[in-house]
Amino acid sequence: MKTPATTSGHALDWNRPPVFEAEGEGELLEVSMGPHHPSTHGVFRMDVALDGERVVRLKPVFGYLHRNHEQLGQSQSYLGNMPYTDRLDYFCSMTNNWAYALAVEKLVGQAVPERAEYIRVILAELTRVQNHASAIGFLIQEMGASGTPLMYAFREREKILDLFESLSGSRMMCNYMRFGGCRVDPSPAWLDATRKVVAGLPKFVDEFEALLSSNEILMARTQGVGVLRPDLAVNAGITGPMLRGSGVNYDIRKVDYYGIYDRFKFLVPLGDHGDVFDRYMVRVLEMRESIGILEQALKEVPAGPIMDSKAKIRGFRPKPGEAYGRIEAPKGELGFYLISDGSPNPYRYRVRPPSLINLTVLEDMCLGQNVADVVLIFGSVDIVLGEVDR
Amino acid sequence: MLGEGILKGLAETAKNFAGSFVSKERLTTVEYPEERLPLPEASRNFPFLVYDGPDWEKGLRCVACQICEKECPPKCIYIEKSKDKKPDFVGKPQIYPAKFDIDISVCMSCQICVEVCPFEAIKMDNEFELSTVDRFGGLLLDRQQLAKSNEYYHKVHPTEATQVDARLAEEKAKAEAKAKADAAAKAKAAADAAAKAAAAPPKAPEGGTGTPTSAAAKPRDTEPQPAAPTKPSDPAKAASQSEPKGEPRKEGGD
Repeated sequence: MKTPATTSGHALDWNRPPVFEAEGEGELLEVSMGPHHPSTHGVFRMDVALDGERVVRLKPVFGYLHRNHEQLGQSQSYLGNMPYTDRLDYFCSMTNNWAYALAVEKLVGQAVPERAEYIRVILAELTRVQNHASAIGFLIQEMGASGTPLMYAFREREKILDLFESLSGSRMMCNYMRFGGCRVDPSPAWLDATRKVVAGLPKFVDEFEALLSSNEILMARTQGVGVLRPDLAVNAGITGPMLRGSGVNYDIRKVDYYGIYDRFKFLVPLGDHGDVFDRYMVRVLEMRESIGILEQALKEVPAGPIMDSKAKIRGFRPKPGEAYGRIEAPKGELGFYLISDGSPNPYRYRVRPPSLINLTVLEDMCLGQNVADVVLIFGSVDIVLGEVDR
Repeated sequence: MLGEGILKGLAETAKNFAGSFVSKERLTTVEYPEERLPLPEASRNFPFLVYDGPDWEKGLRCVACQICEKECPPKCIYIEKSKDKKPDFVGKPQIYPAKFDIDISVCMSCQICVEVCPFEAIKMDNEFELSTVDRFGGLLLDRQQLAKSNEYYHKVHPTEATQVDARLAEEKAKAEAKAKADAAAKAKAAADAAAKAAAAPPKAPEGGTGTPTSAAAKPRDTEPQPAAPTKPSDPAKAASQSEPKGEPRKEGGD
């Protein structure tokens, strides 16, 4: 294969697919997958150069969903940006809220009451369960099992979203956490409903695993496909189930102990091979661990205030300084970096999205694979375009 | 055996399929337009303005302070202040919104306007079937379309509305008590001034319910009577503070 001839000096050249020339007879086929490909979870384009069925080059093109999130955050008040964080990763608005609240709380040195910490953990783990369930559902659907596993996942997700709605008022755009606590105090009835849902979750994971884990087609399609080496994963800054699927023991809940995660007993599942199957398995096992955390947390939710009495809603002006708050979101490390200059809105606001950074190794995983597996590998990264493009 | 896993999975789906005929729990979907699930109480969609009493225009709680307009993240609220004033729920004359528009095609249902409102005037509705053929005018709600009665608020968010009512009643009681105390103080001050002007019995009256002079009786007619007995110490203190001024500074609590 000759070196790609990409540059022609044209100003718009950066957005053009690279030109390859095949070795020997024939030429490379360039396929533009997306932006409206059903497997892309939104609007995302992959410019794939194919030699027969084999991928020789893959170039991700994104930005179709760019909404100027960071600039909006800088022109909003600190509170005003909270609902916008819901819209980053719209599957996991609760964890997004938490990460942002954590960053601002670090910035102003705000304490959080015990009860709010427990509620946050419960909501974050519920989010993780529903995110992993639907991520697996989408992954299997992209494999060709149209519907069934996804519908099983969504049936369970529905119960969790109903809990979110009865607590925060909205199913997906929760906008629930505040600097120094949470917005609404959950009623005992809500906690009972949560206990009931959590009690049903292990059965769901068992059913899900019976349906999928030993399925020969799934194994044939996923084992040995899209291998991500641990050294590459670490160097590229990959986090979340992708990194753990490659066998690197790194979970911010264990490393950083934000919130009250040091009080719960849970294991960090790790993969051996770093292929798509390992990522699938890590997600299933993480769901089980999350259910364990939920059971522990729901046992000991303390009484007390949900908001810190010193927390301010109006007239919120942090002192000049900077802070970085990060959590283990379902998709990886989600961080918010804030610089304050003492005004009501941040001087600089930056999001470290797990989806975007996990996507950077897509080409490395896809090279040499069949084009049908590109969809699968892409699905195993588990991204949400709202977070990639911001 | 090859294919065992597939059979196991098929058994699972078969169980679910057969179960859906016998178990209500396995039927998880709802035929939407005919069948509707009840919305949870906390559910929110777009904001509305609360009014008390029968007349929406007179009863609006909003005083056009424009805090929600300022705090609204997507800036979908537009308020114009009125030039004149009208009494609010505690009877204090307040500015009211001459114009209050919400563009619900921009609104993102974040509830921040509700959180920052100090007057409990704006609340979240849970009406969600709002489709319209008019893309611009149909989604720009003016203050008449936004105004919903307090009874409606009780219907959509019962517990929250009860709490809000309790809080407002408490505030109102406090305001009334304060107004009464102020009124009594003014009456006292007026009485004192009148007594002084009427060239002085040798001892000025202290702390009591006032001397039965004709000048003192006149303002007391308009004030509610039981104020002075319930809080005997406050009027006296307030009276001693406002004594040098002589005249009451502003209108009292009616």
